Amino acid sequence: MALLEVKNVTKRFGALLANDDVSFSVEEGSIVGLIGPNGAGKTTLFNCVSGAYAPSEGEIFFEKTNVAGFSPHRICQMGLVRTFQVVKPLRGMTVLENVMVGAFCRTQDTRKAREIAEEVISLCELEHRREANASSLTIGDKKRLEVARALATRPRILLLDEVMAGLTTSEVNHAVQLMLKLRERGVTLLMVEHIMEAIMPIADRVVVLDGGCKIAEDSPDRVVKNERVIEAYLGKKYAERQKKMEERKEGASHA
Amino acid sequence: MKNKGRTLLFLLFLGILAVLPQVPGLITSGFTYHVMILILLYASMAQAWNIIGGYCGQVSFGHSVFFGIGAYGAGMAVVKYGLLPWPGVLIGAVLAALVAMAISFPCFKLSGHYFAIATFAIVEIFNRLFMVWDWIGGALGLDYGLTEEGWLTFVWYDSKKYYFYGALILLGIVFGVVRWIEEHRMGYYLRAVREGQEAAESLGVNSTRVKLAAMGISAFLAALCGAFYAQYNFRVDPPMVMSLDMSMKFVLITILGGCGFFWGPLLGAAILIPLQEYSRIWLGGTGGGVDLIIFGLLIIVVVIKQPTGVMGILYGITHRFGKSRNPEDSGKNQDSGEVK
Repeated sequence: MALLEVKNVTKRFGALLANDDVSFSVEEGSIVGLIGPNGAGKTTLFNCVSGAYAPSEGEIFFEKTNVAGFSPHRICQMGLVRTFQVVKPLRGMTVLENVMVGAFCRTQDTRKAREIAEEVISLCELEHRREANASSLTIGDKKRLEVARALATRPRILLLDEVMAGLTTSEVNHAVQLMLKLRERGVTLLMVEHIMEAIMPIADRVVVLDGGCKIAEDSPDRVVKNERVIEAYLGKKYAERQKKMEERKEGASHA
Repeated sequence: MKNKGRTLLFLLFLGILAVLPQVPGLITSGFTYHVMILILLYASMAQAWNIIGGYCGQVSFGHSVFFGIGAYGAGMAVVKYGLLPWPGVLIGAVLAALVAMAISFPCFKLSGHYFAIATFAIVEIFNRLFMVWDWIGGALGLDYGLTEEGWLTFVWYDSKKYYFYGALILLGIVFGVVRWIEEHRMGYYLRAVREGQEAAESLGVNSTRVKLAAMGISAFLAALCGAFYAQYNFRVDPPMVMSLDMSMKFVLITILGGCGFFWGPLLGAAILIPLQEYSRIWLGGTGGGVDLIIFGLLIIVVVIKQPTGVMGILYGITHRFGKSRNPEDSGKNQDSGEVK
């Protein structure tokens, strides 16, 4: 059985159907991308999986336990943690202290928590801001802090909600390298992302949502050719660009 | 280590205070003792409040209830049962913690200001309840009879010196507990809940449990302070301990000194208590309201000028003259003490 299995999850807010019968699974050790236009229900799905919302219907199996309706802190302690699209730094605390809060999930000992935090901070390349107040960080560093804090809880699966949005190209490259490093360490990743150039090369599978429904689930190279996905999200331009790039590649290999 | 240094500083401070009465000619009048005892007592009370109100960011106006339960614990043991105060102190403190948790449990499930509003209401409820409850002395309260002096009975008639040491021990306990909390997981969790409950929850923090624990410890310590207050005044009655006035002092002293700072409550008490006591002398017959007017004015000034209290002002000064080359840190103290 997969590490995370979302089964027929539906989430209603009054008459609004934010998630409609969504099912997919995430294998251990893989990177899965969750894409779709704005309002497709990606963040709602994250909220259901991480415990912020209880799904109206359906089941969410994490390591064979149905965690639907569990509280976020309990799900985190089980090894599933999420970051927030709108970053939520703990403002009155330093970067180190922020990350230590996460680290305390696995230890009671202050010194050990600090060790874990220091290690994660250097992994996320935040050492230079270690003692800075979390509210004084740039948006790029705040996103890194989100990831570092979540990582300090030693998760088995990490849900990343648009951690690359708003970053510069070089920052995006750094983030991609970090994601690959995490996979090497055995952390499974489920990520919502709008930057296709970042997510497509590293994802093993991509799940596409539109209007609350899952419209596709496939490997990245097949998803970008899927007509419904192009129509709903990627757009004709992306498809054309992709086609041109492939033709160029083919041309190069023929020559 | 930074933390070891801070603990050492705290112990050094206690040591200096302990030596003060031994210096000949320094404390001559009983009134000076009285003011110093009250500073230590109110600093302890404010520090107890600081756990839930400062570090955890949940503003409680109900602490006079827990203070009162502690006072009645000691009073009942001595007056009603003719015992030493100690068993009453313990029972009172445990009861206060239980009452605090029972009241806050439903409120903590709600967010925003519900907690503050609910705590407001319980002061009135308990005040009325204790007024009409004959078993515990009703509106007349409990008056201590003459007993032997000494540490066992915790009563002294002639000299206030021993009350001073008693208050110092009380302060040592309360501040020691907070120091311990600050350095351990609980301290980090308290601040995390204050700064962002949703984020804290997502990182494995059971925010309801953290807040309940903070409330319980805070009420327990407030009750210890109440017991001391009863022993010091040889009596206890409902308006003396369970009033909004008293609740306000918990809150205002901490906010003036610096909410969420270790030394904040002591600073606040060291400023407000002399003001209160001396204004009471100078403005004698005008009644008990003057000190509260001064409290109010000071708080207005502080909240407008520097929301993090006197500690915030001090941090601002040291940063301007000290490590001012770190511009990113200057925002730190602006943010950390806010009451939300």
